[in-house]
Amino acid sequence: MEMFLENFANIDSLLRIYPLLLQGLIYTFWLSVVALPLGILLGLAIAVLYSFKHRWLNIALLVYIDLFRSFPVVVLLILIYFGLPFLGFTLGGFAAAVLAIVLNNSGYYGEIFRAGILSVPQGQFDAARALGFGPLRLVFHIVLPQAIRNVMAPLASNSLELVKTTPIAALVALPELLRSARVAQEQTYNPTPLMAAAVIFFVLLYPFARWVARLERQALKAR
Amino acid sequence: MDRIVEYYFNTKIFAIAFPEVLAGFRTTVIVSLLIIAFGVLFGLLLALIRCANIRPLNWIITIYVDVLRTLPQLVVMVFLYFGLPYLGLTLSPFVTTVLALGMVLSAFASEIFWSAIMALPRGQWDAASALGFSRVRTLLTIILPQAIRLAVPLLTNRAISISKGTALGTAVSLPETLGQAQSVMAIVANPSPLTLAAAFYLTFFLPLVVASRWIEYRYSHGR
Repeated sequence: MEMFLENFANIDSLLRIYPLLLQGLIYTFWLSVVALPLGILLGLAIAVLYSFKHRWLNIALLVYIDLFRSFPVVVLLILIYFGLPFLGFTLGGFAAAVLAIVLNNSGYYGEIFRAGILSVPQGQFDAARALGFGPLRLVFHIVLPQAIRNVMAPLASNSLELVKTTPIAALVALPELLRSARVAQEQTYNPTPLMAAAVIFFVLLYPFARWVARLERQALKAR
Repeated sequence: MDRIVEYYFNTKIFAIAFPEVLAGFRTTVIVSLLIIAFGVLFGLLLALIRCANIRPLNWIITIYVDVLRTLPQLVVMVFLYFGLPYLGLTLSPFVTTVLALGMVLSAFASEIFWSAIMALPRGQWDAASALGFSRVRTLLTIILPQAIRLAVPLLTNRAISISKGTALGTAVSLPETLGQAQSVMAIVANPSPLTLAAAFYLTFFLPLVVASRWIEYRYSHGR
């Protein structure tokens, strides 16, 4: 027990390194806050384009969705960060991480919104058209509000997953929370910073995880 | 155009990198399959134990599930790999990756199985007990087969997205596809090995993603 406390809840180490963790937390926050809306918007755009039912466009969109859904986000990040500079595009760690996370999640969000739009009965489309709604008003006023309500659970779940992928930025040396904790651990020869980072992630994300779990349970019951 | 071919589709480099990346790919496949097997079976076991309704055990399982569902996968992995040695427990990169991602999947799987079991109408239990079925027999022969049907689409999606995390193993120096490609890239100063790695990931995960789309469709329209 003593060995455990000494190693994982060492107050001296914590006092020395907390500014580092705080700075890491700020990067994690910005990564999430920038990537989340961009991912959602791109996914939404894909699904809206899909709902226009243009045959070749839809095949292309499905290929896009499945490509990014099958591509591990870390691989995308490494390609962007280490591969693109050979073409003369050099992105910093932050931009590269945001781009990788957004592209990856646009596939997931695209699929979720697409399923949501498909879940809206055809009669809604027909009725709106009969009432003389144009395609944009049809999508934004009639279809999307119902579609989004039908896919709230996967939407929330994927948003949590998006925030949970931000630590991959550590792999391109961006000092977000996990990376800062690793640096602090190496400076103090003590894994308390790792424990602290895990605790911070848990405390911040747990309320969302509970909320997602509740939505998922409701969705399952509704089937 | 020439530069794209030179840097991303360089056949000479492909030839050099192929054996290394292939060896990495073998690791990726083995690790992914172990994660799925361990995660799904252990998750099912946890859900069944929860059905026995033993208070202290349920608390422990709930904490396990909540912690692993909430923490980012990379944080769990880094914690196991860099934190545990301070307690005298050193895990190999292979074991770390399988254990970390397997545990995360087991947490999600147990929650999915558990919610599916809970989503079934109470009447099923009552009817079975009226017909003289014991609780265990009811669970195994009546409830579970229906619950698994409900759980399959959610489970396949989760299993695929978590097994894609094997690429994170590169953070704990697991010689899987991405790590191997990166080390060849460093030697030849050309990112073509990354293209090769990307192709390997796609050949493995794209069929899985397409299959999961089909499974989801089958299960939502088959009833």
